[in-house]
Amino acid sequence: MLRHHDRVEPKRRNVVDHRKKQFASPQYKHAEYPHRLNFYIDAPTADITLEQFEQWAIDRLRVLGELEACSFRNKSPAETATHMKSILDKYLPLDSNSSASGKLALQRQKDHYSHFILRLAFASTEDLRRRFTRVESMLFRMRFHTDDVSERAAFVNGLNLDWWEAVSEEEKVQYAEELAAMLPVRKTIEDESWFKVDWERVPDLVEQRRVFLKQGKAFVPGREQQSMVVSEFTTRLEKQLELTARALPRLDEDDRLKPILTHLSKNFITPDASYMAGSTAPEGANITAANIDNLSQHFPACMSNLHRSLRRDGHLKHYGRLQYTLFLKGIGLNLEECLVFWRQGLRHKTDDEFNKEYRYNVRHAYGEVGGDSNRRGGGYSPFSCQKILTEHPPGPGEAHGCPYRHFNMENLATLVQSMGVNDRSVMQGIKEDKDGQKFHMACNRVFEHVHKTEIRKAKDQGVMTANQLETIVHPNEYFKRSYLLKNLAKETADVEMEG
Amino acid sequence: MPHSTDMQASSPPRAVKDEPMEDEAAMPAHVANPAVDDDAEMEQTEETATATASQGDKEIKKDVKLQDLFDDDDDSDIEVDDSIFTPTNVANLKASDPEIMRQFYQRLFPWRLLFQWLNHSPTPTNDFGNREFAFTLQNDAYLRYQSFATADLLRKDVLRLMPSRFEIGPVYSANPRDRKQLGKTSAFRPLAKELCFDIDLTDYDDVRTCCDKANICNKCWQFMTMAIKVVDAALREDYGFQHIMWVYSGRRGAHAWVCDKKVRSMDDQKRRAIAGYLEVVKGGAQSGKRVNLWRPLHPHLARSLDILKEHFQQDVLESQDPWDTTERAERLLGLLPDQTLRDSLRSKWDAAPGRSSMSKWADIDAIFKSGAASKKFDGKALLEAKQDIVLEYTYPRLDIEVSKKLNHLLKSPFVVHPGTGRVCVPIDLKALEDFDPLEVPTVQGLLAEIDAYQGAEGEEEKKGVADWEKTSLKPYIDQFRLFVNGIMKDEKATAVKREREDESMEF
Repeated sequence: MLRHHDRVEPKRRNVVDHRKKQFASPQYKHAEYPHRLNFYIDAPTADITLEQFEQWAIDRLRVLGELEACSFRNKSPAETATHMKSILDKYLPLDSNSSASGKLALQRQKDHYSHFILRLAFASTEDLRRRFTRVESMLFRMRFHTDDVSERAAFVNGLNLDWWEAVSEEEKVQYAEELAAMLPVRKTIEDESWFKVDWERVPDLVEQRRVFLKQGKAFVPGREQQSMVVSEFTTRLEKQLELTARALPRLDEDDRLKPILTHLSKNFITPDASYMAGSTAPEGANITAANIDNLSQHFPACMSNLHRSLRRDGHLKHYGRLQYTLFLKGIGLNLEECLVFWRQGLRHKTDDEFNKEYRYNVRHAYGEVGGDSNRRGGGYSPFSCQKILTEHPPGPGEAHGCPYRHFNMENLATLVQSMGVNDRSVMQGIKEDKDGQKFHMACNRVFEHVHKTEIRKAKDQGVMTANQLETIVHPNEYFKRSYLLKNLAKETADVEMEG
Repeated sequence: MPHSTDMQASSPPRAVKDEPMEDEAAMPAHVANPAVDDDAEMEQTEETATATASQGDKEIKKDVKLQDLFDDDDDSDIEVDDSIFTPTNVANLKASDPEIMRQFYQRLFPWRLLFQWLNHSPTPTNDFGNREFAFTLQNDAYLRYQSFATADLLRKDVLRLMPSRFEIGPVYSANPRDRKQLGKTSAFRPLAKELCFDIDLTDYDDVRTCCDKANICNKCWQFMTMAIKVVDAALREDYGFQHIMWVYSGRRGAHAWVCDKKVRSMDDQKRRAIAGYLEVVKGGAQSGKRVNLWRPLHPHLARSLDILKEHFQQDVLESQDPWDTTERAERLLGLLPDQTLRDSLRSKWDAAPGRSSMSKWADIDAIFKSGAASKKFDGKALLEAKQDIVLEYTYPRLDIEVSKKLNHLLKSPFVVHPGTGRVCVPIDLKALEDFDPLEVPTVQGLLAEIDAYQGAEGEEEKKGVADWEKTSLKPYIDQFRLFVNGIMKDEKATAVKREREDESMEF
């Protein structure tokens, strides 16, 4: 092997003089922004000040945070758009080419840079990456939707996406009937331009049966093009974020950007997680297995329904048990009591069956067993309304989910009546909320009705600030507030008696 | 009650713990046997048979001793050991009995085919080696993240632990047994698994009248027949999948394994999309009307409706008679959207109790034609309501969670259902209508068949006849082989193509 000593190692062969390379001034291509929309393919390369770096990121974060809040409140796309308009105008305006605004380049630069700064801030954990992709895709979709038609077409053409093809005339004739079924009533096949893509490119359209499928190809009507572009945006961003995550350790030694980035990501905590912080039992509450029946008067409809089903059937299916266990954990029931509660609740099961099939799951939810991360994290967090509303809709024989969403009106009315709502106008309000898919509004409406005297008193006496009385978006918050209000009333009543 | 668990844990392992030594003694006989390679089955030659027989003797001796120690033990133990090799008594044992399981795994289970099925090639690859298996042991302990390099190693471990059943999980990016060393990094994550579907007759409890819970009969099995037809058609025609195997789950349902190469590597989002595409009957008992569809109907639904219409007449209206009582008929009325129509139907049926569901279904149209419905409710609305009802009563009810997740485990084909003793055999779609779940061979029956065969042939047993060939399991294994060969042929074709491309690149 010694005879090779005069050969240059392959890896080094290209380095002519590394000192020269180190100080050569880089020839950056200045980014141009021909379109309002941006797929964020190339990273920005020009210099900006640290202040700009931080300010731009904060502004974008504000927009994203607000967007996420809208989705948690289950607002429709139209409502979200109206709500977001003023916020976007203030923090992240983006004008179209035709608007003749003098600030186009600046606006687009800010949009571009802030996106990439936040990528750095949110690439570190999988959870953050997922949420970032989600809200960024929402933002992109919203902008895509409002973009000028011709400019949008130019943007899409500029993307050079090669994975869709036009549907030929023969195919249109061959599948005329099937394609017609994909259209709203008064349209004909000829009104639409059709695309043919691999179905895997448009999973969300497939899931909702909004495309016709034939041998793995999806026939997509032109108006669904948005969905294809957005899903492409999402997939690319997901990939890019993972690459960013791998490159992140290079920033470890940095003391200028690192603190800013950490600070940014801390400001973006999930509402789910934020609840955990205050998940101790309200003061003076006797939270034991024996007392749950009594406490259940403070439960929101979803948990009340679970409780009733359990008492009626002596059983709950898996997701019902999970949803309820985590809620109970959230109100401060400790593991031992929770095991006692379930042992008694599942009354048809023998001790043996209980130990084998149920004990583990309860302990898992409390983080007593399971993987390392589960134990360290203290098990799962109690489900938020958002999670209950959107994940795992109940199937046959299942009692979990949100009654305002998953019950029909008749059954919902019965349930709500049993919770003490008999007022006709409130019932009407609930129906309207349900029809308008504002399920959390219906729930809050019930809360306000059931606690109306206490709320008034609390406001009068200034015991609870308006902040503490804002919209409830978590079942555990419902319980906590209900408990506090009812006991507040009791306390003051006691005081008055004495006085 | 911590005591009960302790008891549970301590008694069955006694039986299990004894296995390895005896098994070790039996194994060399297999390894040395050159015929092993030719068959799907590990051959059970006379040599091994004697080995097993002598084990049996050993066990009897052992048990006598044990019996002295545990006087109050119930005497089922002795029965087990005395009777192992007499056909009449095999049938009396529980399916999950360790001895039954041992014989089943040793003599009947198609290990080699299972290996080829999951490995997609005759030579061991990571597709099999990094695949997770999960065992349910005799004491109901659940053992996850098992993995094996070859079919032999899997077989050996199954015989050592004697699980009452085992499940198949995904292929991971690394060997599942090494997962602890890899820690939390993304180096250990699920990569691929077949797309699975699970349909269970318990989900039909609100529409079937013949049975409930875990019970089934041929009447309600028809729901499964319809479900398989509809899902299979969608997977093949709409998605273009080819390698789909339907398996009877041993008691009250069926599983589908979609094994196309492209399908196996799909992520959760795509799986969710397919699951959502196929899901029509939504909501629980509290949601009222559970089928609510947009019009015009999606082509998949239009096709499904075509398939299901006929079954609805025969298998629902006629054999289930779902609206026979007033109470049950109320459910039908609840699904009709028009108050006036409902009222006239109700009064008609109250006047003539005992009308069959068939007549009641026809009454809807008759009453409607006589003009007893409000004006805004036209013929189109009625047709749509009736379509929704047909779908609510017949459309497949999938256990959707199984399909949504890449890393969901599902019971392996050909294992024995511990409750019924029936083997999870593949269902032949060409003879789907003739499939009778109650005729599926039980493990006890199969073992008796082997013995009966040997009895009939006497001493001059033909060489090279595997045990499974002597039983009614043969057609199912043949069918499985055909299926597995189809997959292997496909994958081989793509592999060769790739190789050729690589070669051409070099020049």
